[in-house]
Amino acid sequence: MHQALKTTYKQDMSLLANRSGVFWYTLLIAALLLVPGVLGEFYVNELGGVYIFAIAGVGLMLLTGYTGLVNLGQGAFLGIGAYTNSVLMTKGVPFVITLPLSGIFAAVAGVLLGIPTLRMTGFYLAIATLAFGSIVGTIFQKWTAVTGGFDGFAVPTPTIMGYPIEGATGVYYMSLFVLIFVLWMSINILRSPVGRAMVAIRDSEVSAQSMGINLSLYKTISFAISSGITGLAGALFAHYVRFLAPDSFDILLSIQFVTIIFVGGLGSLHGAIFGALFVRLLPQLIAIVRDDLPFGIGRLPGLEPSLFGLVLVLVILFEPTGMYGRWLKLKAYFKNFPLHRRGGARRQKAYAKSERLR
Amino acid sequence: MDDAARLLQLVINGAAGGCIYGVIALGFVLIYKATEMINFAQGDLMMLGGFVALSLIANLGVNYWAGAVLAIAIMAVFGFLLDSIILRRVIGQPQFAVIMLTLGLGFIFRAFAGITFGYGSYTFATPFTNKVERFGGIVIGQDSLSIVVGTVILCAILYLFFSKTRLGIAMQAASQNQLAAYYMGIPVRTIFSLIWGISAAASCVAGILLAPSTVLDVNMGFLGFKAFAAAVLGGFGSIPGALVGGVIIGIVEQLAGYYLPAGFQEVTSNIVLLLVLILRPQGIFAETQRKKV
Repeated sequence: MHQALKTTYKQDMSLLANRSGVFWYTLLIAALLLVPGVLGEFYVNELGGVYIFAIAGVGLMLLTGYTGLVNLGQGAFLGIGAYTNSVLMTKGVPFVITLPLSGIFAAVAGVLLGIPTLRMTGFYLAIATLAFGSIVGTIFQKWTAVTGGFDGFAVPTPTIMGYPIEGATGVYYMSLFVLIFVLWMSINILRSPVGRAMVAIRDSEVSAQSMGINLSLYKTISFAISSGITGLAGALFAHYVRFLAPDSFDILLSIQFVTIIFVGGLGSLHGAIFGALFVRLLPQLIAIVRDDLPFGIGRLPGLEPSLFGLVLVLVILFEPTGMYGRWLKLKAYFKNFPLHRRGGARRQKAYAKSERLR
Repeated sequence: MDDAARLLQLVINGAAGGCIYGVIALGFVLIYKATEMINFAQGDLMMLGGFVALSLIANLGVNYWAGAVLAIAIMAVFGFLLDSIILRRVIGQPQFAVIMLTLGLGFIFRAFAGITFGYGSYTFATPFTNKVERFGGIVIGQDSLSIVVGTVILCAILYLFFSKTRLGIAMQAASQNQLAAYYMGIPVRTIFSLIWGISAAASCVAGILLAPSTVLDVNMGFLGFKAFAAAVLGGFGSIPGALVGGVIIGIVEQLAGYYLPAGFQEVTSNIVLLLVLILRPQGIFAETQRKKV
């Protein structure tokens, strides 16, 4: 594959690899800033949801895609962030304080989950996090004194320096801002020793340990960062839904997050964004084409979850690198257009490590 | 009713519910022992088995026993095909890919069942519905009794199969050492598919046994997540461990539901699961030691 040739240290330290990247990303951000003026409120609202899920996806991507730790309970951290934010706001704490607090609170919860599960790998970790998510979900339902139980409660409107952040447009800009901040932070974390250690742990725990990486420390840090970012997404999610009820934070939400990073492409921040676009916009797409489908397919109940399942299965079977991997392959195909070789992107065959002694 | 009798009643009901967890966990363990894959769709296989039995018995009017056997056979074939068509392709991918694949399959099964059978709650008449047996002061529903007896019969059949038949011994060999099994002329891939078939059949048995005491609906597959606690408690590599783990989880859940405030019953299995994973990850019936570098 093509590698950028770097000639100066400054080039190595810049966030984006080359000039065309700077150009296109500036253009993209400018376009996104203009969206609320152009598109209707419905689309602005949906895009706000995409950003919030992308933030949570980036959080999970750092944990699963870069550190190799599975978390099937990410929805719980979104819930912790959402409830921390909203409960504090009803007590009169301003939004500028509750937003970082909900991230910190979720990060602490992430450490609390991370420390006991340090020794677990693979599916044991998946099951443990699944159990954790379900326990937290039940706490949201039963701790009525704080969460209001099944009745839920309305989330107050946030204000920043006296300006109320209202409606779809307010949530849109707020989420976009937090998403850009989180992406900037994640890119920098991934280039720092912490990020390098995370990737080393993902690739081989044994060799990471022999290079002097403290496995427990970096795994716990990874859990903290991941759940902290998801907690931020949770705070925004509370304002997105405007009414908190505990049944929004169930297993299915956690599975949606894992779908985001899998369909988007494991091990790339782009993947988290692509995945969030897919997961949030697929239901809308179905809603739009529902009436035009032949044979009444569109009116079948349960079309949406089955499509989710089908896409997940197809991605794992045929494109394990996800949407971003496919995009890279397409780009490579057009870059060396007439000279494309079929085997160029073939993966090295990997064999799962056996956990048996024999 | 005095306290001792009530306690006994709770324990028996819990054990009956726990047998269901045990049978589902048995399915996990069989597949894990053979292929080191975890099937997150095991609960959904149980749901499908229950619905196949429902459509045979209630809709097509087949006799209960014949319908049950037929449903088990159908699910066994389904499990075989599931492995030989889909899951065999992901061998060699990280374990997480298998988890996501089976989660995705679970979604598809749920939607399939919803589209084919409907999203309501269904029951079908069984010989055990709404009948009770009295032993002294204790009243036991025949549905609970049938679950325990059915589980014991299933285990006896599986035990005889794995220890006495050529095929069963070949399966043990294939799950102990694939390479050596290949050298001995055992068709390991077919064996693995057959194990998936047995596992799906076991979940179908769980679905049929569960039918008299609850209603069938497409979301009953989430019960499978509770069965993880049973499998982990039993050590995830041990078949008797899975069953004992299931019974323990069932009893603890019943007792928690009675003695602890509301809300604890739903999370007991998860709390037990986390505690076991933290304190004794090898389970109570440890068979394997930790792998060392």
